[in-house]
Amino acid sequence: MSDGVLPPTTYTVKTRTKLSTATLVIGAGVVLLLVAAPAFVSRSAIQDLFFVLTMLALAQYWNLLAGYAGLVSVGQQAFVGIGGYTMFAAAIFFGLDPIVGILLAGIFAMILAVPTAFVIFRLRGAYFAIGTWVAAEVFRLAFAHWRALGGGTGTSLPRTATKGIWGQDFIKDLFGVKTSAARDIEAYWIALFIAVGTIVLIYFLLRSRQGLALSAIRDAEPAAASLGVKNFWTKFWVFIVAAFGTGMTGAVIYFQKARISPDAGFSVIDWTAFVVFIVVIGGIGTIEGPIIGVIIFFILQNYLADFGTWYLMLLGAIATVVMLASPQGVWGWVVQKYDLQLFPVRRRLVVEEDEKKAPEPAE
Amino acid sequence: MLSWIDAILQGTLLGGLYALFAAGLSLMFGIMRLVNLAHGDLIIFAAFIILFIMDSLGLNVFFATAVALPIMFTVGYLLQKQLLNQTLGKDILPPLLVTFGISIIIQNGLLETFTADSQRLQAFGIETISFPIGGGIAIGLLPAMTFATAVLAIVGLNWMMYRTEVGRAFRATSDDPSTAQLMGIDNNRVFAIATGISFVVITISALYFGNRAQFDPTIGAFRLLYAFEAVIIGGLGSLWGTLAGGIILGVAQTIGAKVNPEWQILSGHIVFLIVLVLRPRGLFPRAVD
Repeated sequence: MSDGVLPPTTYTVKTRTKLSTATLVIGAGVVLLLVAAPAFVSRSAIQDLFFVLTMLALAQYWNLLAGYAGLVSVGQQAFVGIGGYTMFAAAIFFGLDPIVGILLAGIFAMILAVPTAFVIFRLRGAYFAIGTWVAAEVFRLAFAHWRALGGGTGTSLPRTATKGIWGQDFIKDLFGVKTSAARDIEAYWIALFIAVGTIVLIYFLLRSRQGLALSAIRDAEPAAASLGVKNFWTKFWVFIVAAFGTGMTGAVIYFQKARISPDAGFSVIDWTAFVVFIVVIGGIGTIEGPIIGVIIFFILQNYLADFGTWYLMLLGAIATVVMLASPQGVWGWVVQKYDLQLFPVRRRLVVEEDEKKAPEPAE
Repeated sequence: MLSWIDAILQGTLLGGLYALFAAGLSLMFGIMRLVNLAHGDLIIFAAFIILFIMDSLGLNVFFATAVALPIMFTVGYLLQKQLLNQTLGKDILPPLLVTFGISIIIQNGLLETFTADSQRLQAFGIETISFPIGGGIAIGLLPAMTFATAVLAIVGLNWMMYRTEVGRAFRATSDDPSTAQLMGIDNNRVFAIATGISFVVITISALYFGNRAQFDPTIGAFRLLYAFEAVIIGGLGSLWGTLAGGIILGVAQTIGAKVNPEWQILSGHIVFLIVLVLRPRGLFPRAVD
């Protein structure tokens, strides 16, 4: 066939789909609803939502590491603990407002992540996973030896840091609530901001050049390197970004709890096992996966947490079965069946005249 | 001065225990590239099995271990054959997450069955036997036995790897699984045997560990970290290197504890990190990855 036979067609590259536009509209609606939630739901519902949002943020960062950068970490509790302790230290030693402390927590987690990365990046694949765990243990022991922060038994936020926080009076007047309830609402709003900000950040990160490099590394590391992707530095930046977000999330978690101890702040079950469970159940390597995973996790937690050890055994068993039977998780299964993309990051080639004849999406 | 020599000596003997922890982990990684995150919890699991056999059959700790060995071999064989073999492949995520899940199941299953109480494997009073070697330094019988067992285990494992048919099959599947299969080796069965042997080593280390210190269901993770550190310090793929790694870790911990009792664990971790920075492939590397 010669060129002259075909009518001239124009092609454009698109990432947006009708569904993703709908997601954007509905998502914006949900976020507005969540912002207004303290006005019409109970305090315990706010606490539940706070838990869901913080776990969602942690899950998104773990997913960014394991699902995109191939950095399977079982030591993310390090940055939750560092974040929480930084906020406490800022309040105890310098009398800083916890709101400032939360931002500092992210920055400090990021700073500590730099030497950590240089040491544990020497380990590959599965050994990297245990290396992150050792790093988390080193940080836990270091904080447990810090007497001024309560040593092994931990410490509480001082009164000056739980009362008269920036914005607290505004919330008290707005909803007519007491100080402790106002702190819950403030923590909830910050968690909402972090969770939504995380999703937006990861979405745009994946659509950027860096994101393209990440997908390439995920699919074939040597091939990516041969095409000029700087594997080490790409992974390094992802690790640092994840430390920043995880540290801030850790700080807001312990701002709400107002009490921290090394064993709680650096708990591998609370801040890594649950997070891994959420991502694996929901679907690793997708933005939608952790959102679905956290909802499933919350439902299980609500009905079964009273069963204690049996509940944890069940979670371990579910994660094992999902990994063996359907490693792509719930969302991966949905994508396979219906080809849905709520947060499309792939670029598709679209023929101008007739969108229905668009070729199959390419990576 | 003498007390420092004592610390180094006791640390060396402790290193024998860490080498035993590490040998099981290194065997599974070496043969099937499987990093078993449940390794530490399996050591605790084996210790509880020994305890259960002692209590229910009224045997002493050594006979109880002898009964536990074939049981644990079978558990390992079946676990690998039925579950872990399905996770092996190019992707490192499935084996990591499945063994992480198993670790949580074991830990909570033990808590449910044996409660959180601390336990110890009593060895009819031989724990207290020790031989003075002059200058106020004494070597305990059990630490000496631990170290001797570690050396024997490494000699035995090396002999198995390089002198027996099953060892040849191990090395062949490790080097190139698909070619090994073409030569008539049943990889799944070879892997199952390897895990079974690893579980035998785990059980032996559980015997000495449970005798040396108190244990409860929650402390497994730390054993995994010590085993891992000994493997990395020694260098991947070398069993004698693993013994050296265990000794370095043990000495680092006892010297740290001598300076300040609270620093015991932390100083072990720090020595590990220093080795990782200076010699990322370990002190006596053998394997390529």
